[in-house]
Amino acid sequence: MIVVQALVNGLVSGTLLAVPAIGFTAMFAVLRFPNFAVSGVATLGAFAGYLAYGAGLQMAGSLAAAFVAAGLAGLLFDKIAHLPLVKEGALPAAIASIATGLVLENVVRLGFGNEPRGYDRPIARDVFFGEIRVSPQQLETMGLALALMLAVFAALAFTRIGKAMRATADNPDLAALKGIRPERIATLASLIGMGLVGVGGMLLGLDSSIDPLTGTRILVSLFAAAVLGGLGSVPGAVLGAFLIGIAEELSVLVVGSQYRAAVGFVAILAVLTLRPRGLLGERAF
Amino acid sequence: MLSYLLFIATIGGIYGLLALSLNLIWGGAGMVNLGLAGFFAVGAYASALLTTAGQAPIAAGWLVAFVAAGIAGLTVTLSTTRLREDYLAIVTLGFAEVVRLVAANEIWLTRGTDGISGIPGPWKRALGPDFNGVYFLIVLGVLLVVFFVVRRIDRAPYGRALRAIREDAQVAEVAGKNVLRFKTEAFALSAAIAGLAGALYGHFTSYIAPDLFLPLITVYIFLAVASGGTGRPAGALVGAYLVMALLESSRFFVEGIPGVTAVQRAALKELLIAVALIVVLRLKPSGVLPERIPPAPRSS
Repeated sequence: MIVVQALVNGLVSGTLLAVPAIGFTAMFAVLRFPNFAVSGVATLGAFAGYLAYGAGLQMAGSLAAAFVAAGLAGLLFDKIAHLPLVKEGALPAAIASIATGLVLENVVRLGFGNEPRGYDRPIARDVFFGEIRVSPQQLETMGLALALMLAVFAALAFTRIGKAMRATADNPDLAALKGIRPERIATLASLIGMGLVGVGGMLLGLDSSIDPLTGTRILVSLFAAAVLGGLGSVPGAVLGAFLIGIAEELSVLVVGSQYRAAVGFVAILAVLTLRPRGLLGERAF
Repeated sequence: MLSYLLFIATIGGIYGLLALSLNLIWGGAGMVNLGLAGFFAVGAYASALLTTAGQAPIAAGWLVAFVAAGIAGLTVTLSTTRLREDYLAIVTLGFAEVVRLVAANEIWLTRGTDGISGIPGPWKRALGPDFNGVYFLIVLGVLLVVFFVVRRIDRAPYGRALRAIREDAQVAEVAGKNVLRFKTEAFALSAAIAGLAGALYGHFTSYIAPDLFLPLITVYIFLAVASGGTGRPAGALVGAYLVMALLESSRFFVEGIPGVTAVQRAALKELLIAVALIVVLRLKPSGVLPERIPPAPRSS
């Protein structure tokens, strides 16, 4: 029974993790560098959502605030710091993005200090399915995360912009030849990708508390989800996030909760050794 | 005042070692190590544990720190060197996090977040107040030895092969270079130097804890190598002292601002370093001492 409960918990945290993982991997697919600023952006999103929720907005409105704040901040730094460096290779841009993450983390620290803060959510009784316990809050955040994911998939599959993004990720030169403007696609990728990362930071902070290191704490799980599914693959990131979420919860039963964060690292090493292109390969979508 | 300057000079020398370590692979082979703080920690813990709990002499601790971090470097690269650089970036970043996690949780070994205190310094009791001066000379000696070794590698055929790999791994492979072996060796040596730096750090301050090995250190060192000049060992040294100067001067600057809490002061300092790294990368990526590519030797 404990195992089933862990599986359910893993499914919940995997759903939440999938949101920022999609953002990270989609940005990688289009912009061609691993954007490590996700740590700071996730923190920023969590705090923007916290402020909006404290100001009286509903959950959906607060998540929208997190999306907008994180998306704009991510876009700004991509334009001024990262994208000009990508021409020289992925590494300088990746290094600059670490600095960006640190900038955002410390901006939050300047404003809010290091003390953990909790979203003041109404207390509700847990729901039981047989012996499996789920809280209504978990169900709500999971539902919102799923709705967001569906929206992203629908946009990529059916809208013109979504198709243009997939084309650019697949072959930038060919896409440009077809009249797709690469800068516009890059802008959208930064905005939406980082927006999703910000929402992810808030979703993952909802059940516990948030502080300036919130984003840093989810970093390894986030990378693991993206690498496991295949860096640059959006469905891969979702699959990877579920697997990592479940593996982390199961690991708690075996080695205790303090090594949760190591699960992601072990998964990365294992997948790079056994199946270097990830479970679903690196094709974008 | 003198002891303060000696302290700064010693820490600067330790950062210099880290900068040489990073320059060897970043400037040399175009590889990246975002987990520098992790290898630094491995060395610091290896030597501290051996000399406190293990009662071993300090020199043995340093040797073991060098070897242990080198082995850690080998393990990390073995699964990733074949792959693209961005995977290595992710793996090394994760490695540093895991090292900190282990250091904080294996309390039986590392005393967890309390850290290890009372790490012995060489001839500390006999030297008394002169300890800082003597230790600075030791660090300087180690730094110079590593510097000349790294520069020798840089100018040797081995260094040229690394550069060729940096510029185009495929061409180097076609030219008969074993790219995988070169990369793995360079990374292991670089990790070992970072480990040695960690050991020197621990025996100087006599105290280490997981919180001293935050990713922030890695950012310092990237700033040092980028501002000093990637691909040139002398640049790495200059950069390390530039970072030290920036860190210390920012402290005076930040402490001058009224009505700022201690947490905010720390945040401002980190902010400054991070912004400096972005500015250097964007505006002057070649650094103060740009790389010099020596002409190829004439074939006879």
